[in-house]
Amino acid sequence: MPRLRLPALSPRWAPYVFVSPFLVLFAVFGVFPLLFSLVLAFHTWEPASGLESMTFVGLENFAFAIEDEWFWKSLGNTGWLALASGLPQHLVAIPLAVFIHRSIRRWRDVVLGAWFLPYITSTVAIAIMFSAMFSTDFGLINQALQALAQLPLIGGWFPADPVDWLGRPENIKPAIALIVFWRFVGFNVVLYLAALQSIPKDLYEAATLDGASPVRQFWHITLPNLRPMIVFATTLTVIGGLQLFEEPFILTGGRGGSDQAAMTTAMYLYRMAFEFNDFGAGSAMSWMLFGIVALLTWLTNRALDPRRRQGGGS
Amino acid sequence: MSATLQASDTLPGERAGLSRALALAFVAGGAVVMLAPFWFMFVFATHSRTEIMSLPPPVFFGAELLDNVRVLTERLPFWRNLGWSLYVALASTALTLLFCSMGGYAFACFDFRFKKPLFLLVLGTMLLPGFMNMIPAFMIMDQLGWIDQPRALYIPGAAGAFGIFLMRQFIVGAVPRELIEAARMDGCGEFSIYLRIVLPLVKPALGTLGLVTFIASWNNFIGALIVLRSPEMFTLPLALRTLQSPVDTEWGALMAGAAIATLPLLVLFALSSRQLISGLTAGAVK
Repeated sequence: MPRLRLPALSPRWAPYVFVSPFLVLFAVFGVFPLLFSLVLAFHTWEPASGLESMTFVGLENFAFAIEDEWFWKSLGNTGWLALASGLPQHLVAIPLAVFIHRSIRRWRDVVLGAWFLPYITSTVAIAIMFSAMFSTDFGLINQALQALAQLPLIGGWFPADPVDWLGRPENIKPAIALIVFWRFVGFNVVLYLAALQSIPKDLYEAATLDGASPVRQFWHITLPNLRPMIVFATTLTVIGGLQLFEEPFILTGGRGGSDQAAMTTAMYLYRMAFEFNDFGAGSAMSWMLFGIVALLTWLTNRALDPRRRQGGGS
Repeated sequence: MSATLQASDTLPGERAGLSRALALAFVAGGAVVMLAPFWFMFVFATHSRTEIMSLPPPVFFGAELLDNVRVLTERLPFWRNLGWSLYVALASTALTLLFCSMGGYAFACFDFRFKKPLFLLVLGTMLLPGFMNMIPAFMIMDQLGWIDQPRALYIPGAAGAFGIFLMRQFIVGAVPRELIEAARMDGCGEFSIYLRIVLPLVKPALGTLGLVTFIASWNNFIGALIVLRSPEMFTLPLALRTLQSPVDTEWGALMAGAAIATLPLLVLFALSSRQLISGLTAGAVK
């Protein structure tokens, strides 16, 4: 019987062989490019004319970014979108996870699946789907709004005329924030649900014995015990929100929409490199955005960290 | 004692009935809203452009699916794009399973020099935001001559930090070190131990990682945007994007394309939602 003969390998060297794919790929596609991008941030370079055309320019790329009106605008857009899509995710996901945890048993997987599904769907498919739903003339969202506007009493709250969601600067941001919210809220529900399941049941039993209402239990047992997960999930949202690229890129055909209202920083640095051919400035901007992400991650953690709050709370 | 328990239980019990009904309505209504866009995507995929743009728009399946697919194949090298997507996703999954199980095994079951710093390095790369890699990735692919090559999409990420971490965590719990020692005593080679003992024991983790990798690759847009240049090499997400235009977008065809890009995910999700959800949130929950 022919058998595959494998070369002998001593236990001493085996681990190095087993981690070697990681080491090789990480060196070639991780470390090297990162260092190169750091070097590039201090140079000007046209990729078409080869490596010789690289010239050292010191901090010029950073100075360029700081003086660049569009860079600041993109930072403002990114911050707006990250906040408007991120905060509601948690404000909805926490009570929703509590509801599901308390009241839904048999259908839990189905319900959770429905909320989670957008997370695994291709962003391009999502953006295509929503560009039809947000369409001014035939979009379902406008039709729903117009139908609501016909209602007595509350009708006045809704626009009676079709809204140009994707064409006007003041409308495109909420539209994108809604899509991002829709895509990630289920992911957060799953995280919070996992955290809720690890809260000891006897805490609630004791509180019930003491006559504490469900609302009080939520504030005094659930929320404090959820805090580590809130810190973690918010951090993920901050990191993800500041990197926003695909949704606005696809919805605006890569151009950022009218008045650049939907151009995020990640999009702008992509355009800086691949459209305007300024790889140096693009790299400088990516390091600046990285600094901002790191700073905001740290600030979020500081603001929400349970150890820093323990003295004051409850 | 038990009397007190019952007494204090009845009042919240009644209220719980009401709040339970409210919760159900909220959760179920929300689920319907979450799923509505999918419904309309599949419905629109079966209607012509004029039908989609009529008022009110269709809410149930029509008969134009084949026509929409025909438009899709006229406007795009659609089957090639679909084929590349599938090829890249499968290659990516196979390589990732091999490399990450090897790496995870090394970190789980061996003691070697630089193990700690290397593992910290693995974890550290998880913190690096994706946009940092956009420009350098293009440049390295350019230098390697991998622009427009599918391998530029499935090789670089094949030994990713998430996969190695996931495999390591699982192997630590699932593979007893005595078993490996015993096999070694019996003269089993290191590769054979990995192939015949470790891999069969970690099948569940391989399944989870495989699903997650396949989906991530199938949906990968930015990577493809950066390295692919010619339309006949495009993967599906990139190809579909080229159909969008400011004037007379072929909505029916576009929706059919989006539906085809979503269908495999729905099937995978239906078959394995529990495993998928736990896999995708593994880094977070553990």
